[in-house]
This record gives sequence, structure tokens and C-alpha cells, in this order.
Amino acid sequence: MLIATPAPRDPAALPRLVLTAVVILLLWPGLQLSELDLGVLFDEDNARTMGGFVADFWPPAHDTDFLALLARATLETLAIATAGLALALVVALPAALLASRALSLSAISRNGHPAWWAQALRWPVRGLLIVLRSVPEIVWALLFVRAVGLGPTAGVLAIAITYAGMLGKVYAEIFESVDPLPTRALLGAGSGRLAAFAYAMLPQATGEMLSYTVYRWECGIRASVVMGFVGAGGLGQQMDLSMRMFAGGEVASMLLTFLALVLLADLISRLLRWRLA
Amino acid sequence: MTLRLVGVGHSHANGTAALADLQLEVGQGERIAVIGPSGAGKTTLLRLLGTALRPQSGSLEILGEAPWAMSARARQRLRARIGLIHQAPPLPARQRVVTAVLAGRLGQWSLPRSLLSLAFPLDATGAEAALARLDLADKLYQRCDQLSGGQLQRVGIARVLYQRPALILADEPVSAMDPVLAGHTLGVLTREAQTQGATLLASLHAVELALAHFPRIIGIRAGRILFDRPAEAVTPAELAALYANDQLEEPSVRIAPLSQPLAVPRC
Repeated sequence: MLIATPAPRDPAALPRLVLTAVVILLLWPGLQLSELDLGVLFDEDNARTMGGFVADFWPPAHDTDFLALLARATLETLAIATAGLALALVVALPAALLASRALSLSAISRNGHPAWWAQALRWPVRGLLIVLRSVPEIVWALLFVRAVGLGPTAGVLAIAITYAGMLGKVYAEIFESVDPLPTRALLGAGSGRLAAFAYAMLPQATGEMLSYTVYRWECGIRASVVMGFVGAGGLGQQMDLSMRMFAGGEVASMLLTFLALVLLADLISRLLRWRLA
Repeated sequence: MTLRLVGVGHSHANGTAALADLQLEVGQGERIAVIGPSGAGKTTLLRLLGTALRPQSGSLEILGEAPWAMSARARQRLRARIGLIHQAPPLPARQRVVTAVLAGRLGQWSLPRSLLSLAFPLDATGAEAALARLDLADKLYQRCDQLSGGQLQRVGIARVLYQRPALILADEPVSAMDPVLAGHTLGVLTREAQTQGATLLASLHAVELALAHFPRIIGIRAGRILFDRPAEAVTPAELAALYANDQLEEPSVRIAPLSQPLAVPRC
């Protein structure tokens, strides 16, 4: 006769229970602190105001004058995002190369661990990248609107600064995540660091770098819209005006334009990845 | 003198000694096979000679220079004169064969030339010539991930031949090839090393290939040199002692008699 012995207790059960408890304990004060109250959504007055505004959304505004204005603002938004990203790349690429330990010469003979002084030299660059991205682009935009006046320049500069920090950090991490052996092999055969980067690391990292860069460009489009509200030009500035005038149809047209822009970014990303796969 | 090792020792990070008290002298243009059981320290020795590891004791002289007494820049110049053939060639999967071969000369090219060559192969003829010696000329514009393991190993060899280093180090250069191709490729490698006047040191698992292609044989066991003599002076008893394994009941490595060609496929 078989004796049914109970299976040994799942060793992962207790850690999972503790983790769940910790998450709930951490999230509850968060809900309290953020004063989240879903009740306001169902308040009759608020619902009527919102309903009226949303009802205006149909049909989206499409008269010729407005469409011309919209096209101009869209182009401006695209230009802000693209110029900002290009400026950001100029800073981010060299900074990522400096901050990443994947190109360390001292690491070749030390099993991939750079010498302590080489590591110490990377910290200032990392610090710079942290400073660049720790201040939100909207704050930079407010700052630059005061410095260089209303208009797209403030948006471009704000995106360039914040995104340089983000791109630099992520690029450095991508460089460190690819297979280090091809790079080490080239460095070990006397190649310079930049040449080793171009021949061994870039072919492995391009796909991820492109995908992240295009995603950042998409974020840049959205960010430039937000910054438009503080006067940094583009679609956002138009949208701010339309919102103030409760022109729901115009807002709807602009939201549809956003949708198209994000779709476009997605298509570009997919195309590039497919081409490179 | 191409290589001079005096009392060289190296331990792994976990403290086990990989090589201890190594004495070795190698002259210009010599061709040497390093044989020994798995884990004997063959790869560590090659990495030490390729300046990819720093010896923890003893003194090391490569191509007449002491690599660890010079500046990093001078060491990079020295490294450009050393070619290391890897057992599994570390080539980016999406790179084309022509680029992978041309990368052999990055240590000699200026940065602008290297970058230009990445966009448009400046010396495709040279790369093709190097590949042709290994019967791979038709793979010039294919991507590395379209090649088999044995073909990749031959691309790795072609890269080092294209580099034209003064010292060629090969770590199991033919381990992914069938016996016939392995013998042929080793023949090409030793012949090319001879014509280029380069010193060649190769670690090999296949004893019969080592004895057939290399004039001098070094047997390494447990981090020490067991014997170091001309190929024709190596005795079966020495080989048996080199590969003797106390932990296995039957010897895992069968050493074929010297006269008989071995036809067992190895992977």
C-alpha cells in the first residue's frame, strides 16, 4: 500500500508572501499621500463640464485655416523633437563612451574589471549624466523661456539637455550588456578603443540603440507638446490656446495628430529594426 | 628570442594555481604545439603570452620587450604584433566576413582609415587573399552568423593571417573541424607562419596533429611543463604520463600509435 507523504513545503512560499505584504505596505501610504479620490469624477457638476467639453470633440476642426495652422505647428513640434534629439546625441555618445567600462584597456588583463583609478575617472561623467537627466525637461523649458524668450529654441535646448542624460546612461548600459569578447579580442590585438568600438561593439548594439533613440524621439514629440504649454512653441502652444477657448474640435484634431505622430515613430522604429535584423 | 619566461606563475581568481614556475625560451620563427589534458593551463599560458593576463610571479619577455614594464600605449603597439586565434572566434554575429578579417589590422591602421574601411572595405583584395588560403574566398561578403563553427574558426585564422603578426598564438584553432579539414588547416597555418617568418604557438587536443605539423612539442600537466622536445623525440610513454587520469577508470583520451592516422571524428 502506498503511503501518501505530504510534498515538502514550497520554499518560495514565504518569500512571496513577505514580498506581497511589503508591496501593499509601501503602496497604501502612497495612495493616502497622493490624495487619490475617485469620487470627484462622478460629481455631477464636474461630470457636466467635462461632458460638454468632450462633446465638442466631434467633429474635429478641419477648416482650411486651422489645418494650415495645425500643419505648421506639427512641423514645428517635429523640428523641436528632432533638433533636440540631435543635440542630445552630440553630448550623449561621447559621454556614454567615457562612462561605459566596456572599452576599458585596463580591464583586458583583469578579467573585465577595470583598475580602481580607471573606474574613478568614469564617475564624473556618470555624475554629469545624472545631473542632466535629474531635472525634468519642463523645468529646463521654463528656465530657457525666461532666458531666450518664448518660442521653439527653449524647447530644443530643454530636450537636448535632459535627453543627453538619458541617452548617455542607456547607451553606456547597452555597451556594457553586449558580448564583451569581440571588443576585448580587438583591444588585445592592439586596436585603438574607438576602432574596437566601431568594429566589435557597434554591430551588436545598433539595433537596441536605434530602437531606444527612436523611442526617445517619440518621447521628445510628447515632451515638446507639454513644453508648448509653458510657451516653448509647437503643437502644445496651439493646444493650450484651444483649451483656453474651450474649442473641443480643435483639441480633438490635435490629439488625432499626436496619434498619427506616435504611429509614425513606431513605424520608423519597426522599419529600422527590420532593416537591421 | 621571441619569448622568454622565467619562473612565471599565475593563479585563478579563486586561488587555484593555473601555472607555476614556468621556464620557457622560444626563438624567432619556431613552430610549437602545446599539448596536455583539459585544465592543464594551456589557455592560461596562451593568454599570458598574448598579454591578456598579467603573470603574478616571474618575468616575461615577448618579442624582446617586457609588456608589463611599459606604458599602456606602448603595450597596445606590442599587442598589434601579436595575433591570437581563439577557439570560438569572438565575431559579432551581424558583421560581414570581410569586415571581420580586415579588423585584424586595426592595430596598424589610423582611426580615420579604420572607420572608412568599416563603411567601405578598403582592402577587400587583402581580405579575400587571406580567406582564399583557407578556401573561404566565396564567403567574403557573407555575414558571420551564416557560417558554421568550423568556418568561423577559419575566418578567425584568416584574420590573424591578414594581421601578419610576429607572434601567432592559437588556442585550439581547429577544434570545430573534421579531422581531414583540421589537418589541412593546420598545414596551411604552419606554412603561412613559416612564410611570414612568424613564431607560432598552438595549443591542441589532437596529439597526432601536433606531432605531424609541429617540430617542437611542449607537454603541460597541472600547470607545469612535463616535457619540451622535438616532435620525433616524444615517446608514447611520455604521452601516456601526460594524459594519465587517476579519476577515470578508463583513459578518456586514447593516444593513437604515431604511425597510424586517427580517423575518429572529434567535435
